Amino acid sequence: MFDIFLIEAVINGVLLGGVLALLALGLNLVFGVIDVVWICYAELVMIGMYAIWWLFVHYGVPLPVAIGAAVALVALAGVALHVLVIQPVLGTPPINQLLVTGGVLFFLQAAATLAFGIEFRNLGLRMPIVEVGEMFFSFARILAFATALAGVAALWLFLTRTYLGTAIRAISQDREIMPLMGVNPRRIYLVTSAIGGGMAGIAAALLALQYDVHPAIGLSFGPITFMICVLGGLGNMAGGFVAAFVFAQFISVGGFYAQVEWGYVIAFAFFIVMMFVRPQGLFSR
Amino acid sequence: MSAGAALPRRLPPLAGLAALAAVPLVGLGNYHLHLAITILIWGFVYTAWSIMGRFGMVSLGHGAFLGIGAYVTAMLWNAFGLAPWIGIPIALALAVLMAFVIGYPCFRFRIVGHYFALVTLALGEVVRLTIVALRDHTGGSLGMTVEGVAGGTSLLALQFGDRGAFFYLALAVWLGGLWVWRLVDRSMLRYALEAASEDEDAAASIGVDVTRAKLAITMLSAAMTALGGALYAQYQLYINPETVSGIGISLQIVFAVIAGGLYVQAGPTVGAVITLLLAETLRVAVGHDVHGLDGTIYGLLLVLFIIYMPQGVSGFALALWRGLRDGGARRADAGAAAR
Amino acid sequence: MLEVRGVSAGYGGFRALSDVSLEVRAGEAVAVIGPNGAGKTTLLRVISKLIPASAGEIVMTGVKLADVPPEKVVELGIAHVPENRRLFPRLTVEENLRMGAFVPAARARFRERLEFVYALFPRLRERRDQLAGTMSGGEQQMCAIGRALMSGPRLLLMDEPSAGLAPVIVQQVFELVRRIRAEGYTVLIVEQNVQQVLRVVDRAYLLEVGGIRLAGSAAELLASDAIRRSYLGL
Repeated sequence: MFDIFLIEAVINGVLLGGVLALLALGLNLVFGVIDVVWICYAELVMIGMYAIWWLFVHYGVPLPVAIGAAVALVALAGVALHVLVIQPVLGTPPINQLLVTGGVLFFLQAAATLAFGIEFRNLGLRMPIVEVGEMFFSFARILAFATALAGVAALWLFLTRTYLGTAIRAISQDREIMPLMGVNPRRIYLVTSAIGGGMAGIAAALLALQYDVHPAIGLSFGPITFMICVLGGLGNMAGGFVAAFVFAQFISVGGFYAQVEWGYVIAFAFFIVMMFVRPQGLFSR
Repeated sequence: MSAGAALPRRLPPLAGLAALAAVPLVGLGNYHLHLAITILIWGFVYTAWSIMGRFGMVSLGHGAFLGIGAYVTAMLWNAFGLAPWIGIPIALALAVLMAFVIGYPCFRFRIVGHYFALVTLALGEVVRLTIVALRDHTGGSLGMTVEGVAGGTSLLALQFGDRGAFFYLALAVWLGGLWVWRLVDRSMLRYALEAASEDEDAAASIGVDVTRAKLAITMLSAAMTALGGALYAQYQLYINPETVSGIGISLQIVFAVIAGGLYVQAGPTVGAVITLLLAETLRVAVGHDVHGLDGTIYGLLLVLFIIYMPQGVSGFALALWRGLRDGGARRADAGAAAR
Repeated sequence: MLEVRGVSAGYGGFRALSDVSLEVRAGEAVAVIGPNGAGKTTLLRVISKLIPASAGEIVMTGVKLADVPPEKVVELGIAHVPENRRLFPRLTVEENLRMGAFVPAARARFRERLEFVYALFPRLRERRDQLAGTMSGGEQQMCAIGRALMSGPRLLLMDEPSAGLAPVIVQQVFELVRRIRAEGYTVLIVEQNVQQVLRVVDRAYLLEVGGIRLAGSAAELLASDAIRRSYLGL
């Protein structure tokens, strides 16, 4: 009746939810502001993970420095993606914008294989296990959860308390009049892309502590990130945040009762059903 | 006039067909025959995707139908000894049923564009993960081997040890795919769907049953894709979740069609040729040891394609040819007028 | 303060303005009147550089606008209250006002100007945390004007402030315009409601099919036969 392992699964789900929320938030920001889905978002995360691994394992760069460099690199990758790939197709049918980032997905995946091979790489860290009662939690997960929440909070403060953040929210509501406010829309798009990339970089650091990196890692959590974004309501940050925790519970508790794949199957099936019931997203007004 | 004009018009396709039919007879090695069969199978699958993709219904989940076709057929054969002649229709029926269950609410509630793409993407993942999760029956991510028949050839089991025979099977299916493409191209369904992809409300207001039209084309596309999956399984005799389902293969289908050309009958097949030749050429050029180079170049080309040549290679070639022809005709006219 | 000399502009092949010249002197309120589709909105959009001029030049306090990128126009002291108000509907009233103060020079004086706008429109202070899209048309017009004032402009461009509002609210809006004038702002206002607008401005231009047809003081135009017949229905 009182199953301690189930509680452990639920708590692990909450911890996972934090990281998923951070992931979904970066994607959601870009989607909400520029109205383009970065299908290759998870591959940006992969770039960050490889950067950390490369700097830390190969060059012995201290971990915090490696993480900082990786976040900066992925933010830069976000800007490059916008300038080189998104900008040329901004005026074309939306589906081209979706597909062009899919091309980038292939490119990054293959380029990672070319550069690093298909082997699984890890940082080789021994992270402690935290024991609470009879439940065990990985310290990396707790750290990731806390950092993710801090990242989400920082983004929220930025978007609501600063001029630039307010402009980022405003531009999705009325792009054309932005110059009347003294705002250059192109610059806002670049800043948004950099923040979206930066969020992917932070997510990369949190995932690198827990998982091995390999060229196909993007495929394992890319789709779930899109589902969370859509379910939360595209461009709706609060919705995406809650949806991340809902999905994490499906995966964690589903995996507790059966294999972990069934957890994902239920999560995706839930997504499809919700799209029919509430196509505007779970939490639309 | 019409009969006289029709024959020369039909001559090139007929000649092409004859040339294709002769392919196994000219003493190609196994390797080249293998390439030809692979192109035919994937050309068919890509064609299946394009018959709905050309109407703006961009599915990122066709791996779902491909996976059902391959796995259901193979599992019925391995577990119950049910021949593909029965297994394939069952697999097709399941794929069509799934297309209906997903498609009906999608089209009813007007889920289009990004949202349709993401729903189908989720569907592809559901099928892939289900295959992995049913690892006791499917072998999980290690894949499964279709049990071969003694001697390697059996019409009943749809297995052909001789590649030449399989070539004709693949050729027939591929031609069938082109024929369906043409049927759709000349049907009322096409006008209904083109109207709907421009403006759904307007289409509905002039009496087009948009939901029904979209559902019909989606179910047709699903059935063809499942057939392609079954054919692939029968040919390779080995399948795994990554190669026949999930986001990776689903995107590969989309991109091959875009590279080849979405709005041209031969486009999807051209896409199959381009992607396969690119991979094979690079593999031969740089050897087996360098993984990922073909994908890197392919990905780069895709991005460039979508930005600079969204109508694909065959669409581009067609436009170029028309431009040259019309330009040439204009020059001829001008010359005549000058005289 | 603002000089428009021989300006032409259009969308695609369509020429909405041809060879338009007008002038706004410091401290004045000037109206551009005319029927729907005469090019009035286009004129203001060209001044704000939302669309480019194909010929002619515009000079604001000695600076040629051709040399200034669109988002820098506001820093020359030109604020534009666009047609249909164009508030950011899912930002609060105060966030809309903050957007008006986006340019660095305005940020420094945000608090002071916010107090000024709230003093001018106390209703906005009451509604400061409400989403702008949920307010009434008249309140939205206040917010749109307030947002423009937040940049500390020397010249206020107003595009059809009375359009789409109920008759009672229209009266209130012209009252707002009068108060803006009283605060000493220079105003260039575009209006279809000729009778009302000529009572709050000093001078006016009549714009028809993309060209200036008539110019003069508000009293002269009110008295002119052409205006009385075509626009006042007298």
